[in-house]
Amino acid sequence: MGEKILMKGAEVIAEAAIRAGCMAFFGYPITPQNEVPEYFSRRMPKLGRVFLQAGSEVAAINMVYGAACTGTRVITTSSSPGISLMQEGFSYIANSDVPCVVVNAMRGGPGLGDIAPAQADYSQAVKGGGHGDYHSIVIAPHTLQEEADLMFDAFDLADKYRIMTVVLVDGLMGQMMEPVEFKEWVDVKKFKAPDWATVGQRDRDQRNIITSLEILPEGLEKMNLRLQEKYRKIEKNEIRFEEYKMDDAEYAITAFGTVARIAKTVVGMARDEGIKLGLIRPITLWPFPTKLIEKRAKQLKFFFDSELNAGQMLEDVKLAVNGRKPVYFYGKLGGVVPSAEDIYKEFKKHMEGGR
Amino acid sequence: MKTVYKKPESITNKPTTYCPGCPHGIAHRLVAELLEEMNLTRETVIVWPVGCSVFGYYFIGTDAVEAAHGRACAMATGIKRTHPESFVMTYQGDGDLASIGIAETVHAAARGEKITVVYINNGNYGMTGGQMAPTTLIGQKTTTSPYGRDPKLTGFPMHVPEMLATLEATAYIARAALDSPQHIIQAKKFLKKAFNTQVNGIGFSLVEMISSCPTNWKMTPVEAMERIRQEVLPVFPIGEFKVAEGVE
Repeated sequence: MGEKILMKGAEVIAEAAIRAGCMAFFGYPITPQNEVPEYFSRRMPKLGRVFLQAGSEVAAINMVYGAACTGTRVITTSSSPGISLMQEGFSYIANSDVPCVVVNAMRGGPGLGDIAPAQADYSQAVKGGGHGDYHSIVIAPHTLQEEADLMFDAFDLADKYRIMTVVLVDGLMGQMMEPVEFKEWVDVKKFKAPDWATVGQRDRDQRNIITSLEILPEGLEKMNLRLQEKYRKIEKNEIRFEEYKMDDAEYAITAFGTVARIAKTVVGMARDEGIKLGLIRPITLWPFPTKLIEKRAKQLKFFFDSELNAGQMLEDVKLAVNGRKPVYFYGKLGGVVPSAEDIYKEFKKHMEGGR
Repeated sequence: MKTVYKKPESITNKPTTYCPGCPHGIAHRLVAELLEEMNLTRETVIVWPVGCSVFGYYFIGTDAVEAAHGRACAMATGIKRTHPESFVMTYQGDGDLASIGIAETVHAAARGEKITVVYINNGNYGMTGGQMAPTTLIGQKTTTSPYGRDPKLTGFPMHVPEMLATLEATAYIARAALDSPQHIIQAKKFLKKAFNTQVNGIGFSLVEMISSCPTNWKMTPVEAMERIRQEVLPVFPIGEFKVAEGVE
């Protein structure tokens, strides 16, 4: 670890990716994440790495797909409408078993929406988003320091499982400034093309073909079963979460990203009034910490889920709770961010109702 | 015994999925011959399209990726930019390249990506059953232009090489035809220049090959080749539209 540097969230994403050994960026401008490609465009050429502004998000994700087929550490960053355009590519990437990292700085939707912070792409990110049965690993940092650390993990997980990792943040995380400390640079000189990479056959005995096409249903079923096997392995090994003041909790907020950060203040406000409130913060949104929530249901009077959407992670929380305890919800829509006071007030309504 | 004829090293023994009389086999052979002659077979990554040649990687034995419909030039860009030492080629039909993939193609050309595009134009969507393409001739009947293509409704055939030749960063742009031995020999010459353009790091290269589709044109293979000469080549003339300095 080095010194602490005061940086903007968008630039933290780029700098952390560069230090994690990201060799190529392909993307298309969209607010609120333009500082990410701008930062890459300054840094990548000086390091002998690739920066390219594509003609569209559709082109960008297919450039990422191409680079990913060569086993190169590659990234694209965008925001909600741009991410929607990339879904076709995500689906192909999933069935091709190639690694890459995608950052979505979510903004208000649907449609062109606005450019304010939102979390309304949760379902799109964790349930697949494109066509077919697939998942991407989805991670959601709640501070810039965590963002700086998780960018390294995003690339490591992508390479380990040959899968796409989505770093799901929101406009607020991109625009705020905080002091961060970066992990050590990954030594990119050690990188070599994996044995499955399509870079030209050269001295290899077998040629490599990367395709998501299998015309025979029995063959495609096999490909799907192999994907599902990979997903079960990821669910077993890679679930991450933070529990905040949960040991003696009687109530829990469930929240991710920016809202989880605000929720920590809410927990403090409740504790000051002697209310035993805690926070369960999924860090991996897929795989989701289902078992943890199931376990905590025993000790809690109710769950209180809060998000910047109409209740998307709420569904996964409810599936985990499975009717054992009430799950209440408070969401803000269209880019409106609630204050800690707003959330606390809503939480207390249910507490009083519960008495 | 003296060998007078053999298949190129990269042509596999797999039976092709092409219809009888389809010129894809000719185009495949030209690509494979040149890869061998230029010692490129093991340096090459081919980006295959969606369309009749979607299974092309079964027939030409190089490293290969299968792109989404129309996205071959974007995918090739991702490979070439991160691996400039590899020979990167796309092989696309007219539906894939001129319709759904025109944006990716134009921008790859405008950036001067050092890739080679083999563009097979048979004037319709062969794989899906002969629908109208941007390259379909005026008056031509297809399954989605049953009364003949009407320019008042759907415009005119799209001339991709002529369009791309106007872009400064393109280095070699040509149109050939696969209807006769003479034209096939010429097609190989054009394609060799295109391959050389990439090998010498000059810029973007594309060769359109006017092809036929006997099945969907509802013609015998011989009639289809004759139609190329009588009807298609007057609209899509053979020639070199851009030869940048240094291209040979």
